[in-house]
Amino acid sequence: MSNFFNSMIAWIDKRFPLSSNWKAHLSEYYAPKNFNFWYFFGSLALLVFVNQLLTGIFLTMNYKPDASQAFASVEYIMRDVEYGWLIRYMHSTGASMFFVVVYLHMFRGMIYGSYRKPRELLWLVGMAIFFVLMSLAFTGYILPWGQMSYWGAQVIVSMFGAIPSIGDTLQQWLLGDFNLSDAALNRFFAYHVVTLPLVLIVLVFVHILALHETGSNNPDGIEIKENKNPATGIPVDGIPFHPYYTVKDIVGVVVFLFVFCGIIFFAPEMGGYFLEYNNFIPANTLQTPDHIAPVWYFTPYYSMLRAVTVNFLGIDAKLWGVILMAGSVVIFCFLPWLDRSPVKSIRYKGPYFKIALALFVISFFVLGWLGTKSPTPLYTLLAQIFTIIYFAFFILMPWYSKIDKTKPEPKRLHE
Amino acid sequence: MADSFTINEKMSGRRKFLVAVTSMAGGVAGAAIATPFLLSMMPSERAKAAGAPVEVDISKLEPGMLLMVEWRGKVVWVLNRTQEMLASLEKVEPQLADPDSDKKQQPDYAKNRTRSIKPEILVAEGVCTHLGCSPVFRKDIAPADLGSDWLGGFFCPCHGSKFDLAGRVYKIVPAPTNMVVPPHVYLSDTRLLIGSESEAA
Repeated sequence: MSNFFNSMIAWIDKRFPLSSNWKAHLSEYYAPKNFNFWYFFGSLALLVFVNQLLTGIFLTMNYKPDASQAFASVEYIMRDVEYGWLIRYMHSTGASMFFVVVYLHMFRGMIYGSYRKPRELLWLVGMAIFFVLMSLAFTGYILPWGQMSYWGAQVIVSMFGAIPSIGDTLQQWLLGDFNLSDAALNRFFAYHVVTLPLVLIVLVFVHILALHETGSNNPDGIEIKENKNPATGIPVDGIPFHPYYTVKDIVGVVVFLFVFCGIIFFAPEMGGYFLEYNNFIPANTLQTPDHIAPVWYFTPYYSMLRAVTVNFLGIDAKLWGVILMAGSVVIFCFLPWLDRSPVKSIRYKGPYFKIALALFVISFFVLGWLGTKSPTPLYTLLAQIFTIIYFAFFILMPWYSKIDKTKPEPKRLHE
Repeated sequence: MADSFTINEKMSGRRKFLVAVTSMAGGVAGAAIATPFLLSMMPSERAKAAGAPVEVDISKLEPGMLLMVEWRGKVVWVLNRTQEMLASLEKVEPQLADPDSDKKQQPDYAKNRTRSIKPEILVAEGVCTHLGCSPVFRKDIAPADLGSDWLGGFFCPCHGSKFDLAGRVYKIVPAPTNMVVPPHVYLSDTRLLIGSESEAA
């Protein structure tokens, strides 16, 4: 039997680079030996992506992208389709968990300096993935055509209308109508199930290729490729990804699935944070709900959108809000060039960076919390203060990261 | 061809020219074939044809009552303002960003303090000029959440923009302009036509 298997592999290898790719990307891809907790989230993001693709395909079998039928078809999936509730909850919970793991994955990059040279492109491809993920979340949220779908989309699409001179035409082009209507729902469905998933698959592939070109960073932030065994050419602090990290990642998958199933079976709405209660009301084009807030993963940016209330520098408050909201996400792309510290990892960085990062995390959470609340003068003031802190983390980074008191990096990895 | 990704210095001038011209022709063809696809996403003829004016009977609209009408998929408010409401329009003016309606958000016949043809009847698109939410009609005076100087108006729950009872925007809120007054005309004392300025439509 093993003879037959081996000769079959040999047959394939003459026609397709199977074994060589298996080696290059798994069994002889050497990863640093000191990966910790934070290194689970890349593979978990991949797992959630597969979950979204599979459950999404089954949802399209019963969903109708038609403004007059969409809401009812989602209720039909929930009530009448065999296990439709499970598939939909897997998809809706998966959307939120996608952001949970991607945010943790990005945070890992920030604490260990994974965006630094030579991994700038890897980071930029990751940011592109994040943008596509946000677009997927937005277009997907519209599909049930509930009150939050409708009014959330109204707000986001109106942001394009804030762009000077071309805004109105651009908005009509996006909507295919003069208002948010059936035409928009139909095309957002096309983006959500065809365009964006295809783009995401390609980007994830490129992300992994770029990772395997530079090799993984690690909690010490030093390059294992600079210390190779002269006889074998293998990094002395590296271990093969398979089986060492495949097995480690499977442990992460099992723990993750416990949490994931717990949410699906016991709290799929997560108290209104994963599925908002107003979205159980069909879209009403004549009435905005008394309180609208985006899903939790967009609330920090949403807070910044509404934080600006005065016109300045000749730009009105509305456009400033849009600029700040877009800027708050795009600014991550500049991290590789903003960080001037001589060391990568937080383990060797000094107090300035640690304080700045702590303030950034606090402002991210506070802005996120404010985004779920109705605006009051006090909340608006808080949003303004924390928006400034959020941006200061990035804009002041070239300065504080340079003058910070760093510790010397080790030559070898810690155990 | 091993280093085909880098520019070959030995390429002749004639070949460089041909490569450049071919690339440009390809680019033009690409743009040309993209055009019909991009244009297919503009509003269709059916969408353009929709949006006929709507006629509203306001005979049963009591003072203080707000009527919501759908026109071109948008909500249009018809508000019958009481004398107290009309009196509030002057009092709030110091707090407004554009009290004289200088920005063209209304037809000329509604460029006045009440932003209306008949002083008591306001006709306005119920769409926040910030990001398109529909503000809430808050006629309660000095509620806890809007402050003691609130004399009634419209409050947008999405981002906190405030408008007075003529749809004029307050200062220091995200919305940049007053609410839009759509073209409208009275066919008789109680019959209102929204979406047209001539009685013929």
